[in-house]
Amino acid sequence: MTDIFALLKGNPSDADYQNKGVIVQGITGAYGSQHTRNMMAYGTNVIAGVTPGKGGQKFNDKVPIYDTMQEAVGATGAKISIMFVPARFFIGAAKEALESGIKLLVAIPEHVPIRDTMEVLNLANQKGAVIIGPNTPGIIIPELIKIGIMPPTPFKAGKIAVLSKSGTLLYEISDALTSSGFGQAITIGIGGDPINGTRLIDAFDMIKDISDLKGLVVVGEIGGDSEEILAQRIIDSGFNKPTVAYIAGRAAPKEKRMGHAGAIIMGNYGSAESKISMFNKANIPVAKRPAQVPVLLAGKMKKSD
Amino acid sequence: MRLLEFQAKELFREYGINLLESRASNDIKEGRRHAEELGYPFVIKIQVPVGGRGKAGGIQKCQNADEFELKYPSVMDLKIKGESARAILLEKMADIKKELYLSLFLNRSKRCYTIIASADGGVEIESVKNQIIKEVGLGEVSSELADKVAQEMGLQGDTAKEFSDTLIKLSKLTIEKEAELAEINPLAIMQDGSIMALDGKFVTDDNSNFRHDELQKYQEKTEIEERAEKSGFSLVELDGNIAVVGNGAGLVMSTLDMLSDNGGKPACFLDVGGGATTESVYEALTLISKMNRVKGILVNLYGGIVKTTVVAEAFLKAYENNLMDLPVFARLKGTESEKAKEMLEGSRTKIFDSVEDAINSAVMGIKR
Repeated sequence: MTDIFALLKGNPSDADYQNKGVIVQGITGAYGSQHTRNMMAYGTNVIAGVTPGKGGQKFNDKVPIYDTMQEAVGATGAKISIMFVPARFFIGAAKEALESGIKLLVAIPEHVPIRDTMEVLNLANQKGAVIIGPNTPGIIIPELIKIGIMPPTPFKAGKIAVLSKSGTLLYEISDALTSSGFGQAITIGIGGDPINGTRLIDAFDMIKDISDLKGLVVVGEIGGDSEEILAQRIIDSGFNKPTVAYIAGRAAPKEKRMGHAGAIIMGNYGSAESKISMFNKANIPVAKRPAQVPVLLAGKMKKSD
Repeated sequence: MRLLEFQAKELFREYGINLLESRASNDIKEGRRHAEELGYPFVIKIQVPVGGRGKAGGIQKCQNADEFELKYPSVMDLKIKGESARAILLEKMADIKKELYLSLFLNRSKRCYTIIASADGGVEIESVKNQIIKEVGLGEVSSELADKVAQEMGLQGDTAKEFSDTLIKLSKLTIEKEAELAEINPLAIMQDGSIMALDGKFVTDDNSNFRHDELQKYQEKTEIEERAEKSGFSLVELDGNIAVVGNGAGLVMSTLDMLSDNGGKPACFLDVGGGATTESVYEALTLISKMNRVKGILVNLYGGIVKTTVVAEAFLKAYENNLMDLPVFARLKGTESEKAKEMLEGSRTKIFDSVEDAINSAVMGIKR
C-alpha cells in the first residue's frame, strides 16, 4: 500500500520535509489559476505548472510554467501533481503525468468518461502510482498541505481522518467536526464518479495505521458498493478506532442519477439501506444529519475510553 | 442515458443479436399500420425508461383488431412510476420454451465488466436464482468464457452455441458504446431451440456522449433539463412541492433526506455546482419558476469562500423582476451572512443559521 504520508510530508531527513513540491497541470486556466493561488496561500509548495504552449512563462511572477509534464518533472523532481483540465483531456494529461514519474495524481475534472478512468488506472497500477479522483475536491492535511479545491475554513489540524465521496458534504462535516473540537489528521475526497482512482477501501488502508489516529469519519452516498466493502474491511481488519458514517441519498428515487455520475441506485445495488445495514453490522453508527456526526463520534469515544 | 426497449433493440439488431419482429409507434394510426404489417397475435409494450412494466399492465397480448383498438389507447395512457409512454412497441408473439437472464455491467468495485447469467430468468434481477457471475476485464468476452458460461447454465448443442454467440455480441456492443449496463431479460430459448432477446435494457455513460454522435438521437431531455445542463446544473425532477437547491450533489442529497425526514415533499433536486454566484442562483430560480407544482424553495449553500450577499442579490433580483413570488427558506454558509440577512429583510426570502431550522420553517410554512 502506498504510504500517502511519505508522499505528502516526506521524512524528517528530506531537504523538503513537510514542503513537498506540487505541479499544477492546467495552471493558466481561470479555474486552475484561481485554485493554484488558493493552494499557495494555504502554504502548498507549488513548484511548477504545465500548460502546452505557455512554456517559459511564469505564474504569478514566481512559478515556472512548462509545455510538458516531462519537462516539469525533469526540472523539479516533483512526485505530486494536481490536474485542472477539461474532462476530455484527462486521459492524455494523466498518462503524461504517470509516464513522467508522478506518484500521486489528484484529478479534479468532473465528467471524465469511465473508460478513460479505467485505462488510466491500469497505467497507474503498472507505475505504482496513486490517483485521487477524478471528480474529487482533493486531499488536505490541515495546516500543512492542501492539494485540491476545498475552502480552507472548515479544516483544522487534529487526529480524525475523514473520507468522503462528496465535496461540499466533506466541507460541511469537517466544519461540524472542527466546531466540536475534532481536528483532522487528513481528509481525502474519493470523488463522485462510478470508478474511483482511490476507493474508500484504498483510502482506509492509507490512513488506518496513523499512529495517533483518534477516529474515522466516512461520508458515503448512494451508488455502487464501496461503503459495504469498506464496512466489511473494517470488520475483517479489527480496526478499533471510533468510527462514524454518514450516507447521503436515503430519499433519492431509484434509477435516477443524483448529480454525481456514480450516485445512482440500480435495483438494490447502491441503495442507502444496503450501506447503512452493513455499517450497522460493523458496529458503526450512521448519522441521519451531517450535524449529528460529531455527536456520534463523541459518543463512540466515550464508550471506547 | 437509459435507452428505451425499442432503442436498445435497434442496437441489438445492429450487432446481430436475434430478435422477434417488432415496430415502435407514437400514435394509434401508425400503430394500426404496424398491426397490419405484423399480423395477429402480437404483444403491445409500453416504452418507458423504468422497470416494472408488466406488473403495471404496460404489456398486453392482442389477438385481433377489436382488442387492439381497446388496448393500444389504454396502454398509451398508462403512467408507470410517474413516467408516461414515450412510444408503443408491437412485437410478434413468441413460442417460448424457457426464459434465461443475461447482463453485462460495469462492476464499480472490481473496476471491470462483469457477466451475470442465469438459466432462471424472466424475473427481476434481485429474484434471479442460480446466478453465474464472471469478471471479464475491460475487453470483449472471449469465446472460451462465453462457452463456459453456457455450459455452467446447462445449455447444450445449438442452443449453447447461440447463447455464447449472443453473449459475445452483447459484450462487443457494451464496449463499443461505452455502456454501464446491457441487460437481456428474458433471453428466451424458443421451442425450436433458437435464442431470442425478448427485452432490452441499455444504460450508457453520459460522460462519453461526446464520442457517440450515433447515440444522440436517443437523448431525451425536457426544456428545463436542457437549460439546467447548459448552466452546468444537475437537475432531477421529483413530484413534491418544495424545490431543493444547493451546491454539490452530496449536500443536495443530504438536504433532500432531511426534508423528507421532516415530512416535506421535495419537488426537485437541483445542484448548481461547486461555486455559487448571483447568476447561477438566479438561473436556478428561473428554472424552478417554470415548475408549476412548486410552492416554496429550500436553499442550502455551503459557500466556504462564497459571499452570501452575492447569493442574496439573486433572490432580490428574482422578486424585483417578477420572476417568481415563492417563499424561499435559505441556509447560506459563507461570509457576510449578517449583511445578507439585512438585505433580505422584508422580502419573501428568510435566511436561517442552520439547515434544520430552514427545513422546519419550509415544512411548516408550505401547506401541502
